[in-house]
Amino acid sequence: MTVLDSVKDSLEMGPSGDRIESHLHPEGSFDVEDHAVPTGREEIWRFTPLRRLKGLHSDAPLDGDAFKVELDLPEGVTGASVPVSDSQRGASGLVPTDRVSARVWEAATSVLELTVPDDYVGDRAATVRVVGTGVDVASAGHLLVRAGKHSRSTVVVDYSGSATWAENLEIVVEDGAELTFVAVHGWADDAVHVVNQHASVGRDATLKHVAVTFGGDVVRSDTSVEYAGPGGSAELLGLYFADEGQHIEHRLFVDHTAPKTKSHVVYKGALQGEGAHTVWIGNVLIRKVAEGIETYEENRNLVLTDGCQADSVPNLEIETGEIEGAGHASATGRFDDEQLFYLRSRGVSETEARRLVVHGFFNDLIRKIDVPELEAKLTETVEAELSKNMSVLTGATENGVPTA
Amino acid sequence: MSKLEIKDLRVSVDTEDGAKEILKGVTLTIGDGETHAIMGPNGSGKSTLAYSIAGHPKYTITGGTVTLDGDDLLSMTVDERARAGLFLAMQYPVEVPGVSVANFLRTAKTAIDGEAPKLRTWVKEVNGAMEKMNLDPTFSQRSVNEGFSGGEKKRHEMAQLALLDPKVAVLDETDSGLDIDALKIVSEGINTFRERENKGVLLITHYTRILRYVKPDRVHVFVDGRVAESGGPELAEELEANGYDRFVRASV
Repeated sequence: MTVLDSVKDSLEMGPSGDRIESHLHPEGSFDVEDHAVPTGREEIWRFTPLRRLKGLHSDAPLDGDAFKVELDLPEGVTGASVPVSDSQRGASGLVPTDRVSARVWEAATSVLELTVPDDYVGDRAATVRVVGTGVDVASAGHLLVRAGKHSRSTVVVDYSGSATWAENLEIVVEDGAELTFVAVHGWADDAVHVVNQHASVGRDATLKHVAVTFGGDVVRSDTSVEYAGPGGSAELLGLYFADEGQHIEHRLFVDHTAPKTKSHVVYKGALQGEGAHTVWIGNVLIRKVAEGIETYEENRNLVLTDGCQADSVPNLEIETGEIEGAGHASATGRFDDEQLFYLRSRGVSETEARRLVVHGFFNDLIRKIDVPELEAKLTETVEAELSKNMSVLTGATENGVPTA
Repeated sequence: MSKLEIKDLRVSVDTEDGAKEILKGVTLTIGDGETHAIMGPNGSGKSTLAYSIAGHPKYTITGGTVTLDGDDLLSMTVDERARAGLFLAMQYPVEVPGVSVANFLRTAKTAIDGEAPKLRTWVKEVNGAMEKMNLDPTFSQRSVNEGFSGGEKKRHEMAQLALLDPKVAVLDETDSGLDIDALKIVSEGINTFRERENKGVLLITHYTRILRYVKPDRVHVFVDGRVAESGGPELAEELEANGYDRFVRASV
């Protein structure tokens, strides 16, 4: 069930020269007309239920205002809505690679710029709350987070409420900075959210990027990372929980554009209920220039009931053999009957045993996320998701053994 | 009280060729405060007996009864059996990633007692049990059985035995895979448990060496899904000298 590849020894060298002929690296364009309306047959759209996107991918107007944005910033960190013409949008190197992103680029009139000054060091997270107030009109947003040189900070973007929301999100981690960026998708059941995130990691800078996704009808989050200099490090962590009918899709692309850079990806998800669908795409490209890099990506899914689908696709393309290490792992499994038996043989009820196993599944990830303000909330979120469907869970017992 | 009565127990498992009978009528009574050893060759059904008593879903009970102090274990769920006073020490304890030993022990103790243990005394008790089993105090923070050596897994099972304090312990090849030092520690754990009042032990083993440290009241030779012969400790000595051949041939 587990696939673990160490690909260093079995490299297929790409063509020489600077041009990247990689299917992992589509040519972007700011022009909407360069991106045809997807049909669902395209590689990048084949998992997404287009019919439920409320036209975000085609031509629904993106001028709605059914949302509020609230800022809660520690002293020193600034946040301001800046007209597009005066903004620094594009600073991360974002070039739309799909139609939704290009449409947001075209529709946006302002950019919310969140700036952490150079040398800033803060423990309290800067929080941006996006609260949706209705799904009937589609809205677009552009957020630019900039962590100044040698700063250390945490930024949380917290999504809630009902919205049809298309978004471009840029993250710039300047040289020597350390940024923890967390997106919490706690949307209401009817929300649709398509977000394209692009991060630029500076020389010797560190980005910890966290996606927590448990709300919404459809959430499609595309995150790409490139390196603006050598020595940068990106850790991409994800925790998701899909319920009945929910579609949660995380697409990741780490583009090793500089030598001595690191990437480490761990995404873990649980699925429960009829029609729960998760998609994880983990793309990593190691360019010819990117010697001495290290990359590892991992996706694990825990399927709690019948009727769920977890798609997991790791891709790795390597254009230089001079690397420290590269690997990936993907596993999707059901509740382990032996684990449940072991716990129950110690007196623990079936419901409690299942709860323990799921918490255990997510625990090491929550520890890695390591944002004190979030830790309790994440554990509670897992708990709430579990209790929501505990009746579903206990209904799905094995071999007719009576349930507690 | 701790009387485990097994009467004419018949158990089958599903195989590709249909149901296969493994236990063919097992009758055994472990009286109050007694230790019984079950010995038998590989494939004789010893482990099936242990797991059936504990309620593993893989096994189907086709006949017979198992009672603990008169209560019908077979009608109970796995966890109800544990709460009724049954403990199964497993040959291959299962890994539960992300769940710490401390959390696991507290959850189990709370479930069995019906209330959370008093924090101060509990921490002491846990540390004491760990120390007795020669397990490092940091052990509590590790995930249950994950990355444990074979010996650590068995000693962890014995620490649970001490802390959960059941009426009857079924020990499934707890001695297998242990070096002599670990075997002595584990045996001490079993003996400490036996010294408590009214504790029953069903010790399932392939080898006689553990019986040098844990003296059974009765020894049963298990062959082909049933008890072939029962006797006192001297029966173990005969097995040590002559092996299972006599019993295996007799059953064919």
